[in-house]
Amino acid sequence: MSSLLQRPEAAIPTKHQRQRQRGSLPRWVPPVLVFLGILAAWYFISYVVLEPAVRFLLPPPHTIFSDAFFVQATLSDILVALARSAGVALTGLGIALVIGVVWAVGMSQARWIERSLFPYAVILQCIPILALVPLIGFWFGFDFPARVIVCVMIALFPVVSNTLFGLQSVDKGQRELFQLQKANRWTVLTKLEFPAATPAIFAGIRISAGLAVVGAIVGDFFFRRGDPGIGSLISNYQSRVQGAELFAAIITASVFGVLIFVFFGWLGNRFVGKWYDSGK
Amino acid sequence: MTIATDLPVETATTELINFRNVAMTFPNGVTALTGVDLTVKRGEFVTVVGPSGCGKSTLLRIASGLTSATEGSVTVGTSRIGYVFQDATLLPWRNVQENVELLAELNGVKRSQRRAEAAKAIKLVGLTGFEKQLPKTLSGGMKMRASLARSLTLDPELFLFDEPFGALDEITRERLNDELIKLFTEQQFAGLFITHSVSEAVYLSTKVVVMSGRPGNIVETFDVPFAYPRDPEIRFTPEFAALAGEVSLALREGHS
Repeated sequence: MSSLLQRPEAAIPTKHQRQRQRGSLPRWVPPVLVFLGILAAWYFISYVVLEPAVRFLLPPPHTIFSDAFFVQATLSDILVALARSAGVALTGLGIALVIGVVWAVGMSQARWIERSLFPYAVILQCIPILALVPLIGFWFGFDFPARVIVCVMIALFPVVSNTLFGLQSVDKGQRELFQLQKANRWTVLTKLEFPAATPAIFAGIRISAGLAVVGAIVGDFFFRRGDPGIGSLISNYQSRVQGAELFAAIITASVFGVLIFVFFGWLGNRFVGKWYDSGK
Repeated sequence: MTIATDLPVETATTELINFRNVAMTFPNGVTALTGVDLTVKRGEFVTVVGPSGCGKSTLLRIASGLTSATEGSVTVGTSRIGYVFQDATLLPWRNVQENVELLAELNGVKRSQRRAEAAKAIKLVGLTGFEKQLPKTLSGGMKMRASLARSLTLDPELFLFDEPFGALDEITRERLNDELIKLFTEQQFAGLFITHSVSEAVYLSTKVVVMSGRPGNIVETFDVPFAYPRDPEIRFTPEFAALAGEVSLALREGHS
């Protein structure tokens, strides 16, 4: 409050100013402090709680670098596996995106299509995909296509539901504006509904992207044939009790998940951030 | 219901809207309008005042063809109809220029032509210099101007206004009223305007129609004698006050 009084000209603080005013610390400090706290707890558990014989359960953080990331062979194993998993995840995400948008557009065009197909979108969301994974392997083999199918099934629902929501959330007045000019369905879809739905579609893609990464790793756990991805590597390190390598692989997979989330957030912002008023 | 666009010349030049005994009952059984007779002729600016939910907007929706009347006969003498909604209904991903071009674009007008038409309309509403701005950067009044400009590109013979200035502050509303009067005198369209505000109704119109509450029907019609272009100062004259008083009284009587 005192900083508000000191700066009377900032009557309507911008978003950035508001964040600055709340505390005196720069924004990046609290998460860094939390990170340091986690590191400290980690070291404490590794060196004090765990006996040396079982230290592989939680290897000290620096050994993840010295024993895994800085070991040329391990690093290249991890990166090759990551590249394969990324290929699976992105292919799955791309297919989920196409199917999801087409599915949602179909449902938005006619009540009867929506009534016929929406329950299945919900069911798809409700069935535990993991339970289907063995069946997918049974039908499609244990290779790249099967992994991609798992990704698609996991990533599909957010695209369908967000796209449908976006298409249907078009303002009534805007719809009538088009109706008054006797615009046909295609024009309404391409010039009104689809642009209006893009913020929701991007929100859906962002969720699906994270899920596609999960799908790629899950696929690896189940399908042992074909090129192993990061999931196979994780499972190998685990069975060989290679703690540092296991953590390195997990961290790599996590960073990839975060990067893909951030990337699609950025992409969405580039497309709709300019005009979309998310504060409304 | 008939929407005639090719009326005999003498009819087409006079009556742009002709409602005879129009009634409208929604599928849920609610009667919005009953026994409405209303004409809007060329050169007229008719304003409908009435309490909320009296079916004023339904009148416009019937005139524009968005809804059909359930009874009576509706004749609309032109297809060049401008419709200004309560909200500006701009497409947020398009800038002012692209928004104003929208209707011409939907009607298949060539790019160069619609660009010129839009520029003209933007100039008429005083938004020159704001063409590249996105709606979210505009004030409520400027959004409404853009919305007006968009309808002006149709070169409407009949302009329908559904409480367009209801959400604006008093000063912005008065300024837009003045500019609307200017547009009306210059562009020679006929207007049918819906509002809550008695003073806005008297100030803008050649004729004020007072509607009663649900089911809506017309209780009284007042001719407004003031000449155009109107001086904003007439709002403070005794004649204006007397007429506004009569309209208010009719409104109150129709409401009870």
